[in-house]
Amino acid sequence: MKFTLRIWRQKSREAPGKFVTYQVDGITPDMSFLEMLDVLNEELLARGEDPVAFEHDCREGICGSCGFLINGLAHGGRRGTTVCQLSMRFFKDGETLTLEPWRARAFPVVRDLIVDRSAFDRIIQAGGFISAPVGSAPDANAILVPKDIADTAFEAAACIGCGACVAACPNASAMLFTAAKLVHLNVLPQGQPQRYQRTLNMVAAMEAEGFGSCTNHGECAAVCPKEIPLEFIGRMNRDLRRAIFRRRFERWRDATQ
Amino acid sequence: MKTSRVSSANPLVMLWNSVIGKKIVMAVTGAVLVLFVIAHMLGNLKVYGGQQTMNAYARFLREMGWPILGHEEGLWAVRIILLVCVVLHVTAATQLTRLSWQARPQEYHEWKGLASTFASRTMRWGGVLLLVFIVFHILHMTFGVVGFSPGQFKHLAVYQNVVAGFSVWPVSLFYIVAMVALGLHLDHGIWSAIQTLGFNSGRNEHVLKLVSRAIAVIVVLGFISVPVSVMVGWVR
Ligand code: HEM
Ligand code: FES
Repeated sequence: MKFTLRIWRQKSREAPGKFVTYQVDGITPDMSFLEMLDVLNEELLARGEDPVAFEHDCREGICGSCGFLINGLAHGGRRGTTVCQLSMRFFKDGETLTLEPWRARAFPVVRDLIVDRSAFDRIIQAGGFISAPVGSAPDANAILVPKDIADTAFEAAACIGCGACVAACPNASAMLFTAAKLVHLNVLPQGQPQRYQRTLNMVAAMEAEGFGSCTNHGECAAVCPKEIPLEFIGRMNRDLRRAIFRRRFERWRDATQ
Repeated sequence: MKTSRVSSANPLVMLWNSVIGKKIVMAVTGAVLVLFVIAHMLGNLKVYGGQQTMNAYARFLREMGWPILGHEEGLWAVRIILLVCVVLHVTAATQLTRLSWQARPQEYHEWKGLASTFASRTMRWGGVLLLVFIVFHILHMTFGVVGFSPGQFKHLAVYQNVVAGFSVWPVSLFYIVAMVALGLHLDHGIWSAIQTLGFNSGRNEHVLKLVSRAIAVIVVLGFISVPVSVMVGWVR
């Protein structure tokens, strides 16, 4: 297979970027999208040019490193698929493909298709944990978790933090990511003691990073390679509302007792 | 854990200072406005009962809650609630829109939507059109200072005012265009408010979207039927 690639090239965060057009040939349909870029980079290196920088690690859809827009769609827009798991057989031979990095104020471009997603790390740091005393591991069945709750937590925990939700969102909002991280711990018994404090802290961290405001378009869930549902955003909002008003009721109760 | 920026002594201040909190304010005020719009549409259908029915209804609106409430007190209570809702809704929308625009300083050269709809993408400018419409509409049907020839508008003669008002075709056209904008706003807005408030369970998502669209279509057809009926001569 042959492709014409229009790739966003940008040397550094401050440098101006532009699209550069390349031709690749000899691509087989079973290659992944990243393997196709490897072929291109081999050629660029052989010619003494800078290879295209893109992020990757596991190449099996579980680490969350990879991701960029292909023809205007995050991860190429195939249901539940990261670019590392995207086969070239989904594209037409001879097609022109436009590759663009995630664009958001909170995700500055590092180089070419790589953006800095440390904003996500700071959101996790604000509350993506439970506080538990260390020591010998407790029995696995010491805390019983109902099946439906375990399923919900697992569904949320599937989030790999790739950033496609922010990238696809017309508002560059990070609601789906933050919701997935919150729901994961907020539904589990182990997450209950810090549930409302966690919600306040992670939402505050998210809002401090300069992401936009959700308008429920649903683009995030549509491109999410882990198919995190939009519904989780509603759960996060509900927990935030409770966090805000519960504290008032506690104070009110304290004051009246 | 460190104390959050969202924290404040007053929960309502806390709500307003949070991006998500502002969305919750938009959802709640929007829900109040949706209930009003449904009631208003049903009230407008009184025009088909004739002059007596319609004008009696207009007088009833001013005596709502009697004898507990005095003349126009109920009406003014509703007016104040609606005004507060509109101000909060529009202020929050404006601030959140600016935030979202700032959140993506560089646009994509190519971007494709998979899930957004024409309605969801026109919420902002459609909302601006509705605001313009509301101002025009109050100056028109409540005060009679625009769209009528001098002396034509008569306070409480609502039926005659509707007929006279919609006999001017550009006015009717503007109402119809504004009602289509309202329909789009409701189509996404009702479902969006339900989702924001956390009543979407995932499994009922398509039902919620369907109900939202059904309400939007019914409200719009009800409203639009009035200027259309006047223009084709069914109501005169
Ligand atoms: C074709 C559609 C509409 C028609 C025919 C219509 C008709 C009227 C009439 C005749 C009145 C005056 C009632 C009275 O004074 O007793 C009125 C008041 C009002 N309408 Fe509409 N209306 C329409 C659409 C809307 C929409 C879509 C909204 C809001 C989004 C709206 C908001 C209002 C408000 C807030 C008032 C009250 C003004 C006040 O009490 O001072 N109307 N409408
Ligand atoms: S490289 Fe790990 S998810 Fe794609």
